[in-house]
Amino acid sequence: MVWRKPGLAVFAIIFGGGAMAEIAGEEKKSGSGFMSRETQAMQADDTSNPGMFSVLDGERLWREPVGPAMKSCASCHGDAEVSMRGAAARHPAFDETSGKAIDLAGRIKLCRRDKQTAEPFPRGSEELLALTTYVGTQSRGMPVAPPVDERLTPSRENGKRLFEARIGQLDLSCASCHDDNWDKRLGGSPITQAHPTGYPIYRLEWQSVGSLQRRMRNCMVGVRAEPYEFGSQEFIDLEAYLNTRASGLAVETPGVRP
Amino acid sequence: MTARALINAPKTARKGDIIEIRAMIAHKMETGYRQGPNGQMIPRDIINRFVCTYGGAEIFSADLFPAVSANPFIAFSTVATESGTITFAWTGDDGQTQTATAEIAVN
Ligand code: HEC
Ligand code: HEC
Repeated sequence: MVWRKPGLAVFAIIFGGGAMAEIAGEEKKSGSGFMSRETQAMQADDTSNPGMFSVLDGERLWREPVGPAMKSCASCHGDAEVSMRGAAARHPAFDETSGKAIDLAGRIKLCRRDKQTAEPFPRGSEELLALTTYVGTQSRGMPVAPPVDERLTPSRENGKRLFEARIGQLDLSCASCHDDNWDKRLGGSPITQAHPTGYPIYRLEWQSVGSLQRRMRNCMVGVRAEPYEFGSQEFIDLEAYLNTRASGLAVETPGVRP
Repeated sequence: MTARALINAPKTARKGDIIEIRAMIAHKMETGYRQGPNGQMIPRDIINRFVCTYGGAEIFSADLFPAVSANPFIAFSTVATESGTITFAWTGDDGQTQTATAEIAVN
């Protein structure tokens, strides 16, 4: 049945054999390690990394007083270089109020809505991306450190289940590519181990900065699956699991990808 | 208008040194060939001209076209001749020019 789809021959060649296996310690490698020298150089230099424009926008928003009390992020958190150092490395974290895992962008959304009582920024908006990139880059160079918190276990387990479940018309799981074939290429692109260490990233194909969720939606559309909604619990659970896989790798926000 | 730009130029150089200058401006470089969600064409809006002057004299210029990516990045080299101001100017389809400057000390 499956053979009617012409694109599938490619998958059959690439994915012949191969047992499901998580990536062992020494083989663990950040996505940037798979990139071309040119892309790596673009990411490494802050005057050639276009993601830095998002960082600069985020810095401006950080200091902008808004809402009825005219509070800025800085009014409560002060200097982001101090207060936000490590924040990205420990998200997704457990949110007491909702009793669920929350990602960094979700946390920023909540502060904007509840602490500043200002117009919330939608997921995918330039403003939320800018603040997330700005807060994210304060952890640059720090190891991803998933919180030791039992309450995150259900989220991580669900993320793992979603990662390993076959989806879409092509009937592939995230693991089919990112665990079993991470050292191969797909249509010229390195597949990589799906570590979320550089997000939000500047992606040349998008000509802009984009979120981890946008990246994951691209992968889902690629296997012709219905992508989860932006901000959905599925994506947060997937990220919570991805972070345990990436534990110890350095945060690189803003990453650059082709 | 002050540009949202990132400039990489040496702050000091020796007279006669060849120096590399890199300039990137935040700009969406809308090609004019894309459709918006409503099916309408999104009007072209690009930076079409870049000029760099050093001590008031033009040392580099370029015409830009719709195929140039968002946030155009331009790198070139020149010879360090004297202390002074390097000025970068980007002009858009709307006729507006955005500028940025960098100081260099030459000894
Ligand atoms: C058919 C193979 C395939 C499947 C299935 C797949 N991906 Fe991907 N994924 C890729 C490729 C190829 C890239 C890199 C593409 C590029 O950079 O152009 C990628 C990139 C990524 C990245 C970015 C890594 C980085 O360093 O920036 C993440 C995260 C990711 N995928 C997560 C997922 C998740 C979650 C799923 C399941 C919902 C999934 N992928 C399913 C092929 C796949
Ligand atoms: C009125 C004070 C206040 C304002 C304004 C505020 N926050 Fe917060 N923020 C907090 C408090 C308090 C916490 C601790 C968690 C909680 O109580 O929800 C927090 C937590 C956070 C965290 C998690 C930090 C960590 O170390 O895990 C981030 C990230 C954050 N805020 C970002 C922002 C951003 C970005 C803005 C501006 C858009 C902002 N906050 C505005 C009070 C504030």
